[in-house]
Amino acid sequence: MLTESAPHYRQPLLKTPFHERAREWSQLDSFVPWSGYSTVDVFTSVEQEYFAIRNASSLYDLTPMVKYRICGTDALRFLNRLVTRDLSKLGPGKVAYVVWCDDAGQLIDDGTVFCIGAQEYRLCTGERQLDWLRASAIGFAVEIQEITEDIAALAVQGPTSCALLLRAGLTGIERLRPFEHGEFTLTRAGREPMSLMVSRTGFTGDLGYELWLRPADAEPVWDVLLEEGSPRAVRPVGSRALNMARIEAGFLLPNVDFISAAHTLYVGTERSPLELGLGWLVDFGKGHFTGRRALLAEQERGPRRQLVGLDVDGNKPAHNALLYSDRSARREVGSVSSATWSPTCKRNLALAMVEAAYVSVGSTVWAEIYLNRELTWQRRVVRARVVERPFFAPARRRSTPPALY
Amino acid sequence: MSAAAAYDCVVVGGGHNGLVCATYLARAGRSVLVLEAAPSLGGAAITREFAPGFRVSACAHLLHLMPPALMRELQLERHGLAWAAREVGTLALDPSGSPLHLAQGTLTELSSGAPAPDSAAFQEWRALLRRFTAALHPVLNQTPPRLGTGAWRDRGALLSLALRIRRLGRTDLRELLRIGGICIHDVLEERFASPLLKGALALDAVLGTNYGPRSPGTVLSLLYRSAAGAGAERLALPRGGMGSLTQALAEAARAAGVRLRTDATVERILVHEDRVQAVTLAGGETVRARAVISSADPKTTLLQLLGSEHLDAGFTRRVAQLRTRGLAGKLHLALDGLPVFRGVPASCLRDRLLLAPSADYIERAYNHTKYREYSAAPMMEVTVPSVADPSLAPSGQHVLSAIVQYLPYEVEGGWEEQRPRLLQTLLSTLAAYAPDLPQRVRAAELLAPPDIEREFRIGGGHWHHAELALDQFFLVRPVPGATQYRAPVAGLYLCGAGCHPGGGVMGLAGRNAAREVLREAA
Repeated sequence: MLTESAPHYRQPLLKTPFHERAREWSQLDSFVPWSGYSTVDVFTSVEQEYFAIRNASSLYDLTPMVKYRICGTDALRFLNRLVTRDLSKLGPGKVAYVVWCDDAGQLIDDGTVFCIGAQEYRLCTGERQLDWLRASAIGFAVEIQEITEDIAALAVQGPTSCALLLRAGLTGIERLRPFEHGEFTLTRAGREPMSLMVSRTGFTGDLGYELWLRPADAEPVWDVLLEEGSPRAVRPVGSRALNMARIEAGFLLPNVDFISAAHTLYVGTERSPLELGLGWLVDFGKGHFTGRRALLAEQERGPRRQLVGLDVDGNKPAHNALLYSDRSARREVGSVSSATWSPTCKRNLALAMVEAAYVSVGSTVWAEIYLNRELTWQRRVVRARVVERPFFAPARRRSTPPALY
Repeated sequence: MSAAAAYDCVVVGGGHNGLVCATYLARAGRSVLVLEAAPSLGGAAITREFAPGFRVSACAHLLHLMPPALMRELQLERHGLAWAAREVGTLALDPSGSPLHLAQGTLTELSSGAPAPDSAAFQEWRALLRRFTAALHPVLNQTPPRLGTGAWRDRGALLSLALRIRRLGRTDLRELLRIGGICIHDVLEERFASPLLKGALALDAVLGTNYGPRSPGTVLSLLYRSAAGAGAERLALPRGGMGSLTQALAEAARAAGVRLRTDATVERILVHEDRVQAVTLAGGETVRARAVISSADPKTTLLQLLGSEHLDAGFTRRVAQLRTRGLAGKLHLALDGLPVFRGVPASCLRDRLLLAPSADYIERAYNHTKYREYSAAPMMEVTVPSVADPSLAPSGQHVLSAIVQYLPYEVEGGWEEQRPRLLQTLLSTLAAYAPDLPQRVRAAELLAPPDIEREFRIGGGHWHHAELALDQFFLVRPVPGATQYRAPVAGLYLCGAGCHPGGGVMGLAGRNAAREVLREAA
């Protein structure tokens, strides 16, 4: 049996369990919609928040991540047929980054799968997927339940995040390895012990954790973390600062770097995992999964274009830039989907989709950038080199136990 | 896995399509094994005893769709097919006792033999149908082209269809475009006056479908039936019932070298590296095969025997959404003598009798099915095959076989409770035309759609396996992604009624599928 929560489209934007606290910290009152929730875009300034992520720790409310509980005797078979990756070795306590495709091998969405137990998994994803999950469940003994509203989620990311969580009372958190999750108890004098799930996952490419809580525990946990953290430059961050960090980490953002094949209207605007540089997530040897035959055919043909990381000359972000084969800017060979100046790398970064001939590291393309200088528009065509992704990958993101800064 | 035997082709199901397909494959030199779950071959075209001494065609009861060319190619008469009647006419019965007779393209009052008032309009309608069906008939022998592939084979097939339709000429083409998607009721209203005639013609448009005469698309289902059968008047009764047709098909298969096994239920189709490898039977036996061709319905084949884990999710959903529930049942009566139908001489009882005195009568009967009910005045297509074929009943006694429509698959109260009540309803409906019939009944058998599903192993109990309607027709039958008799898994084929051109005892799905199997190297 499949179940679903109350229809979200009947409701105004929901407030996350952190909303009241977020409002207290917000100087700009800048809230944006995300999956039916109201969330913070910027609290104070993008740069200040970005440096909290890279130099201290940040709190980011990711409650709107859509969460599904998937359980039943066929839960693993179901998931392995749904996603392109082999999950058969994903044991309890482990997390995997996954993508799933439609029949034509085009990306529908990405997300993370948490193995809770032998027959229970949690799928976290940016957009609602119940319809596709139901279609995928035909013939499988599996129960799918949306639990988005039952769980509050808070990302704690940055070099001091482990130290912060230890100070806050999450004993044992230092032993959690990347892509592991576990149950922890937050004990603090004067407060009821709170049990929560913590995973060592994140969207910043840095040392960091994600906390999965009962909504009732959201405010106490926030309070404890900022009690300990604010004297140490810890602060809540909005989605714009996070976006800079995720570009540095080379992560894709749905609806920015790709449009879900479930939503595209124009033919040819959908993207396959091979085109998005996610071929390492596609396991042709694990047995059948949705889109396998189409992806196999695409692999044999070779993808026509691919997502690459670019290092762009100058310091002006190449937002939405068209890319050309040479400086004369006559032949288009691709376009930029995400761009930022990286304060940490001191490089001008971009993620771009380029033709197959330009995908290898070291290739050069030319980006057409428009600059607005006090209402005077200028056009620049600058060199951009294809470079390795991620652009920023500090060793601390993997070290266990992490250093206690 | 123990390899008991290896074949080029294993055909799942020994109904007429399975046997036809197997025969063509064997004639092309393939080693072929047919696996039939039932104790005997024939699928839904079988003759069996339903009361001591009384035998009947247990599902399909008239032969009119199988093309003569196919029967000649398979040499069915040499393999034992004989006829009890070749030109079975149609009587549209009227409760007041003045039936209309439709035969060889003529419409007469049965009582006087004089042309009926609608006779000229009837001839004109018949001629129009003949022109349409001449244009559409070649499509039935064809593998449906795929859309948007750019392959020359697909483009050529679409182009030739377009040309054939264009050749109808402006007037007929306009009429085809006008009526092709609408309901038969509106077209009959335009052309005819007699409610009795309109009932008879509407019956042929809706028989075996989930539609009433006012449902859109019922002109299409009539065109389909006409194209396949070249006109509803060319009905035939094989001697010994429909079972003797499939026996002849089985003989033709044997003669071609096909191995036939009964009591062999295929439980799973095994796949290795995205290619079929074998089938497993109830009892655990495994039979290896390079190709598996299933005449079972698409849902059973793809979702049960193969399993959705071998299919993409979008394709699986399309298969799961196929409309496969039948709305027709079957009534079999053992009679101790020939009943007297009002206004019908005994010699005319070899014809098919229609209990559908008007299109509105049919529409009313249909209405109930939307609410899990059946009508107190159901529509029936009645035959008394023992008139032309005395071998079916003890001497002097008779068998009545009727298709009963509309019976919902799920009925309020359940069929166990409703079956005896429906039987009484049917007997009193028949008594309105043949008052002495109820007292002649020695034994009765009534099959509702779930009974047809069980006995003939058709998921949903629909005799076309999947509803024949515009959204499940020709280019998109059974579902996009399996329209060329090929399933997405290499080496797996479909050859049953769920494929183009559909069901009824026609055999073309089997023949077309064999051609596609043979396109791949042995």
